[in-house]
Amino acid sequence: MPLNPKDFNLIRQLVNKRSAIVLDNGKEALVESRLSILARKEGIDTIAELLNRLRSCTASRLHDKVVEVMTTNETLFFRDIYPFDVLCSIIIPELLEKRKTENRLHIWSAGCSSGQEPYSIAMLLKEHFAHHTNWSFRINACDISKEMVARAREGRYSQFEINRGLPAPLLVKYFHQKGVDWQLREDIRRMVEYDDINLAAPQWPMMPSMDIIFMRNVLIYFDIETKKQILHKVRRLLRPDGYLFLGTAETTLNLDDSFDRKQYEKAWCYRPLIQPG
Amino acid sequence: MRALVIDDSTAVRTILKRILTDVGFDVVEASQGREALQRLKQSEKVDLALVDWNMPEMNGYEFIVEVRSNHSYDHIRLMMVTTETEIAQVAKALEAGANEYIMKPFTKDMILEKLSLLGMPVRN
Repeated sequence: MPLNPKDFNLIRQLVNKRSAIVLDNGKEALVESRLSILARKEGIDTIAELLNRLRSCTASRLHDKVVEVMTTNETLFFRDIYPFDVLCSIIIPELLEKRKTENRLHIWSAGCSSGQEPYSIAMLLKEHFAHHTNWSFRINACDISKEMVARAREGRYSQFEINRGLPAPLLVKYFHQKGVDWQLREDIRRMVEYDDINLAAPQWPMMPSMDIIFMRNVLIYFDIETKKQILHKVRRLLRPDGYLFLGTAETTLNLDDSFDRKQYEKAWCYRPLIQPG
Repeated sequence: MRALVIDDSTAVRTILKRILTDVGFDVVEASQGREALQRLKQSEKVDLALVDWNMPEMNGYEFIVEVRSNHSYDHIRLMMVTTETEIAQVAKALEAGANEYIMKPFTKDMILEKLSLLGMPVRN
């Protein structure tokens, strides 16, 4: 049974206030299903009881957990494969040439959930660019959920998760079995530095300028004003000749006119427009 | 595009056939490796084979070894779909010439994501 409007509004307001994420009408069944999973995990008998506890105070660990469970989104290794293909065939080779006096590349995976995206990039770098031994490849990754960041750091995945999008040769090469799960090798895990960051917060922590930013399937959860603020900060963080990848259903159009949308083979990405003067 | 689905379970073959048919494949079936080799000889060009491991008479691993020993089948993309979940088994299948590997249970999305990794065009 989907939640009634009053209960749905309670969750909607809590999530929006803490994360700026918008839960549209029609998401009642999804919210109910996630609350049900959380209630089970927390040893709470019913969703009604969970909602009562939320109403009994304005802030608690349970409030944090609700926000986390509502902001956890699907992810998989090498999602939508094409951005990874062009990263490998065009973008990284070009940046290696352009940055050859710096010998450093910074890549940011924003909204990384349980880490499949940044680890896909790490495995790609290891597979194709490991011979650039004097280079520093640094991958930063963030998610709003502390629980997801902790999971991502561990780099441990279920059989279901490693079945999704991960090429079997990379499974054999970079993972080892840990009970019924699979864990990434430590050298791959060490290539990614994780932080919990609320992208809708007025300020982001200090980060180096980025050559490439992956922020895919993140903006869709925010209202227009928050999308604009996030893209403005992305633009400041991204180097003038850098690359931004958004999800296939996302765009900067009508949100931020400082990006140019360009197609590279089968992938679309966004480049900062050169400002006149 | 034509796919060969090889599994001794009729139920699994039916599910895989439905998934592949939905995205534009013609599907032929076999219930074990020896029968699958016969199908390859009889059928027009097969582009993809989804292969279970444990089957009577000729298992999926033996089928892959046989297929890879015949260069006229070099174009066939081979994906194991099996309950074998040990890393050593995955490595063994890849060394024998499998291109991909899925551990059962599987979902439609998993199959389509792996087809995408193999560069196989799927119709939405």
